[in-house]
Amino acid sequence: MKFEGVDYYHIDELLSDEEKLIRQTIREFVDDKVIPVIEKHYREGTFPMHLIPEMAELGIFGATLPEKYGCANLNNVAYGLMMQELERGDSGIRSFASVQSALVMYPIYTFGSDEQKDYWLPKLAKAEKIGCFGLTEPDFGSNPGGMLTRAEKVDGGFVLNGTKMWITNGTIADVAVVWAKWNGVVHGFLVEKNFKGFSAPEMKNKHSLRASVTSELVLDNVFVPDSHWLPNTQGLKSALMCLSQARYGIAWGVIGSMMVAYTTALDYAKSRVQFSKPIAAYQLTQAKLVWMLTEITKAQLLVLQLGRLKDQGKARFTHISLAKRNNCEVALDICRVAREILGANGILDEYPIMRHMNNLESVKTYEGTHEMHTLIVGEDITGFSAFE
Amino acid sequence: MKIVVALSHVPDTATKIKISQDRKTIDQTGVSFVINPYDEFAVEEALRTKEKFGGEVIVVTYGNDNAKESIRKALAMGADKGILIKGETNVDTLTIAEALASEILPLQPDIVFCGKQSVDYDSSAVGQMLAELLGFPSISTVVKLEIDNNIIKAEREVEGGIEKCESSLPVVITTQKGLNEPRYASLKGIMAAKSKPIEEKFFEVKQNRLVVNELRLPESQRKSKILGTDATAVPELVRLLREEAKVI
Repeated sequence: MKFEGVDYYHIDELLSDEEKLIRQTIREFVDDKVIPVIEKHYREGTFPMHLIPEMAELGIFGATLPEKYGCANLNNVAYGLMMQELERGDSGIRSFASVQSALVMYPIYTFGSDEQKDYWLPKLAKAEKIGCFGLTEPDFGSNPGGMLTRAEKVDGGFVLNGTKMWITNGTIADVAVVWAKWNGVVHGFLVEKNFKGFSAPEMKNKHSLRASVTSELVLDNVFVPDSHWLPNTQGLKSALMCLSQARYGIAWGVIGSMMVAYTTALDYAKSRVQFSKPIAAYQLTQAKLVWMLTEITKAQLLVLQLGRLKDQGKARFTHISLAKRNNCEVALDICRVAREILGANGILDEYPIMRHMNNLESVKTYEGTHEMHTLIVGEDITGFSAFE
Repeated sequence: MKIVVALSHVPDTATKIKISQDRKTIDQTGVSFVINPYDEFAVEEALRTKEKFGGEVIVVTYGNDNAKESIRKALAMGADKGILIKGETNVDTLTIAEALASEILPLQPDIVFCGKQSVDYDSSAVGQMLAELLGFPSISTVVKLEIDNNIIKAEREVEGGIEKCESSLPVVITTQKGLNEPRYASLKGIMAAKSKPIEEKFFEVKQNRLVVNELRLPESQRKSKILGTDATAVPELVRLLREEAKVI
């Protein structure tokens, strides 16, 4: 089955040929390789590891970074369209790409030394190395500044102690970008999986993002050499800059989930007959479908302008918060309404809706909760911080 | 080795076709176009041939500006340059072959690849006509290909079997599903294609020998059939699956 996308407002006319071609490539990859296997992986709670080399071959990882690191140097709109298509497959696939690109390659590119960039970026682009990002802790989610993980300077490097939680890709990662306080200031460190005292046990029994690896990171007196300290970070702000990158991708990504839910519900409504006519012929169903399409169209225009602003260097983190906040909430609501249209059939994994809905419960919360994004934009427009 | 791919830009196979008011052409509004799926095998085989023997891959297509989209995709897959021959649309098969030959002959190619047919009009003739106009031999409906010492060995699909044949170069090969698995255009390939050249040429149609009088959609959708409700219906079901549906 070929996916055609949703474009009620001819938004494609605002895209360049390259942007459309990039979306097409990822769309075909998802149709051919992700959709046929994803339900099985979701059911079994495994990540489709075999897709990683193919995703690297396509150029998905670090796609906005320069060619000299083996990357495609895409603009932000093309990157967003790619995320949309990946999440149409599954949020777990998109999360893998988000983490590798926005949370591992971006901080090395932005805060790393030339040696670190030259060593790590080509390997991460080819997925010879897999990365993860350790900021959140068991007791510090929305308030990462309170983190307990500490770095202590010793001869030739640092000693790290602490625990990170909810880390996507943790168990399968070769390198973790770990954020820890050194003399009270947050710094970034590259911790390799074989460093003594480091372990990354997987967190099991999730009802959401089942086709994605989520882990704890345990740092027990881990020695990290000076060569693995990111020299150009500026406190917590640097970690938050990475999150802005990831949130941007999420704001696009969830449109993929919206499209799946809407097109599935529309097809179902046209063929499901009750009281001698298709349920699509009833006003209540039409109201639901029209609401979904309206919200998808608004979300599409929102991220497209956000992407153009980002390409011009004008997108502020508050702009990204507004889009992440809106699109995740709408995506989740669209899935719920789509499930209603499918009735009891909507709960079966014969249809992708519940899988996306369950995933989106995480997506609405990770990379800044819905509530925190509300308060970030709230502070921006009123001048009053409601959380500090 | 100089390798040419003759490419056709066709409506996406998933598109619902509507006939225009004139009842002779397709209504193109809202129709998305793609590389003819059989031509994707041609592009892939051309790229593999280049990867093995070196040289360049030139993609040639006849059509209007929209066809650049398909050329661009072939460039993104790895072809080196494109030639778009612009001319009147809705012309007959021989005219298209003549237009292609007029630009391909001066290139002096070693191999020309094209799909065994385009999925829009299904004439299945351009490849062989092109070979005739170029003065090259042609091997059609190829599912396996080997090149060694300027000798090309091919397996082609014939009714109920495989025919093995060989030819010297230059040659025209028309490609069939099964020959290879076309690659995706990588993101880097798509970005690199932006700076690859597409040359525009014009072809003046002198004589269009074949005129389309009318296009019509199939009368009605296929109906479902119930053959029976117990085991006695199985032999007939098997026969229909084998002979009509051709799925077993």
